[in-house]
Amino acid sequence: MPIFSHSDYLAILLSVRVAVVATLLSLPFGFAVAYLMTYKRFRGRIALDVIVNLPLTLPPVVVGYLLLLLLGQNGLVGKWLLQPLGIRLIFTWKAAVIATAVVGFPLMVRSIRTGMEAIDERLIQASRTLGAGWFDTILTVILPLSIRGLIAGSILMFARGLGEFGATIIVAGNIPGVTQTIPLAIYEYVSSPRGDVLAVSLCLVSITISVLVLLFHEWLGGRMVRAD
Amino acid sequence: MNGLVGAWSGRINVDLKVKVKKQLGAFSLDADFTVQGNKVGVFGPSGGGKSTLVSLIAGLRHPDRGFIILDGETLFNSDRGLHIPPEHRRIGMVFQRPHLFPHLSVKGNLLYGYKRCEGKNRKITLDSVVDVMQIGHLLDRGVRHLSGGEKQRIAIGRTVLSNPRLLLMDEPLSAVDDNLKFQIISYLKDTCEFFGIPYLFISHALLEMRVMTNHVLTIADGHVTGQTTAEDLAICGMKDADGYANILRLEALQYMNGISAYQWGDQRLLISGHSPLAETFFELMSTDITLFKRHPGVTSARNLLKATVAAIFNTGSRIGVGLKCGSERLVAEITKEAADELEIREGEEIYAAMKAVAFRRLM
Repeated sequence: MPIFSHSDYLAILLSVRVAVVATLLSLPFGFAVAYLMTYKRFRGRIALDVIVNLPLTLPPVVVGYLLLLLLGQNGLVGKWLLQPLGIRLIFTWKAAVIATAVVGFPLMVRSIRTGMEAIDERLIQASRTLGAGWFDTILTVILPLSIRGLIAGSILMFARGLGEFGATIIVAGNIPGVTQTIPLAIYEYVSSPRGDVLAVSLCLVSITISVLVLLFHEWLGGRMVRAD
Repeated sequence: MNGLVGAWSGRINVDLKVKVKKQLGAFSLDADFTVQGNKVGVFGPSGGGKSTLVSLIAGLRHPDRGFIILDGETLFNSDRGLHIPPEHRRIGMVFQRPHLFPHLSVKGNLLYGYKRCEGKNRKITLDSVVDVMQIGHLLDRGVRHLSGGEKQRIAIGRTVLSNPRLLLMDEPLSAVDDNLKFQIISYLKDTCEFFGIPYLFISHALLEMRVMTNHVLTIADGHVTGQTTAEDLAICGMKDADGYANILRLEALQYMNGISAYQWGDQRLLISGHSPLAETFFELMSTDITLFKRHPGVTSARNLLKATVAAIFNTGSRIGVGLKCGSERLVAEITKEAADELEIREGEEIYAAMKAVAFRRLM
C-alpha cells in the first residue's frame, strides 16, 4: 500500500469532518421539519415538503450552483447577510459543510419522519392528559421515541456526506489541504497520469469508513432495545 | 385490599355541565347535559359519539361550538374563545389499551404525571398506589414484557398518580380478556373509591356499567338521550333477554368440601367451587331464584334468605320481583301463575332459595 501524501490524509480527515459537522448541524433542523410535517397542518406544508425534498431529485451540481448564486458575493444571502458580518463561505470547508447538509437533508428528514409516524398518537394524548405541555411532550415522548429515526437519518446523511461531490466542487472548489475531500481527491487522481493506485487506495479508505459506519449503526440498533 | 377500601371516607362528586357541537366528517355530536355524581357511566352503542365526547372533555379535541364547565370552572367556551389545554385540566384518562411509554421503566411511567402535578395537588403518592395496585415488584422493569393485566394496572396507577380531579375511562376493559376483566374492574373501582376520585366510565357493555357506575348517561347517534341508572337499564332489557343477571360482589370466608362460604352484605352465601381471589364477582340469573311464601323447612338448595318484596313488575311473559335481603338487593323472576298462587305483595316477607351451583363466577 503506497503511503499517502500529507494532502491525502487531510482529505480523509476533512471528509469525515465535513460529514460529521453537516450531520450534527442538520439534526435539530431535521427534527423540527419532521415534527412539522408529521404533526402540524398549516398553510405552505406542501411547499415546505417540496423544498426540503428538492435536493433529492435535482442533480447535485444544480444544488451547488444555486448555493453559489445564493451565498456568493452578489447573492441574496451573501451580499446582505454574510458580507456585513464579515463571513466568507465560498471556497472554504464551511461551504462544503453547507453543500453536504443541503444535499443530505431530505434523507435525514425522511428517516426521522418514518420514525415519528410510527409513534402511537395515544401516547401523545396520554402525556398531554398527564400534565405535559406540547413542548414537554416533544422532549419527553416524541424525541426519545424518534431516536431510532434520528440515528438512522444521521448515519444515512453521514454516509451520503462522505460521498458528496457535485455540489461541493462548485461551492467549495477542489483545493488540496483546504476543501479537498476524498471524492474530490479521487477525481483528481483519476484525471492525472499514474494516479490510479492512489485513487484505488482512497476508494478502499472510503469503503472502510462506510462499512464501519454501517456496522456501528447495526450495533447501536441492537443496543437500543430494552431487554427487560 | 379490602382493608384499604374502608379507609376512604366521604364521596367527592363531580359537577359537569356540557353543551357542545362537533362535526367529524359525516358524524355530528350534539350533546347537552348536566350531570353530578362520583361514578357516572356513559352508555351507548359503538359509533354513538361516546369517545368523541370524552376527547372533548379531556381537551384533546376542540368542540366547534358550546361550553364545558367542570366544578364551576369553564374549560371551554367558544363564545369567549376559551380553551384550556389538556395539561391544565387535571382530567386523567384511562384508555382502551395501556399505552405505556415504552422508553421509560415502570417507575418512570408511574411518576410521569406525578412530576408534572403541582405540589399542592399532590395528595396521592407513589407508595400508596404501588400498594393498592400491587406492583411493587415491577418498579424497575421495562414495560415491554409485562402481562396485559400488569400493563393495565400500571396505566391506571400512572393516571391516578397525576392526581386528577376527574378520571375519564374510555372503554378500559374492551381490550382485556374476560378472565382479567373483573380483576381490572376491582382495581379501577377500589382505587377510585380509596383515593376519592370521581369518574366517567364509558362503555357499550351493560354488565360493566352495572358494576362500575351508579348513574348513567345514555348516548346514541351523537345525542345524549337520557339519564338513568345501570340497574334500570338492565331491568328494561329483561323483556328482550332471557332473564335478568344479578351481579354480586362477594368476599370469601372459607372453603370446605367443594363449597365456598362468602359474605354478602350481612348474609352468608354458599357457592360451589373455589376462587383463588379474596373478592369475586358472581352472576345469579333471576330465573334461578325460587320463592317460598313460608319457610320451607329442609331444602336441597344451600341458600335460603329471608327477604322483603320491594317491587313487582311485568317483564313480558313473566313477573319480576325486586327483593330486599338485608342491605342488598336481588331480582327474581317467576311465572304469572306462581305469582298468583304466592299472592305476592309489596312489603311482604318472603323466602328466596338459590342452589349453590346457580352462581356463575365472573372472574
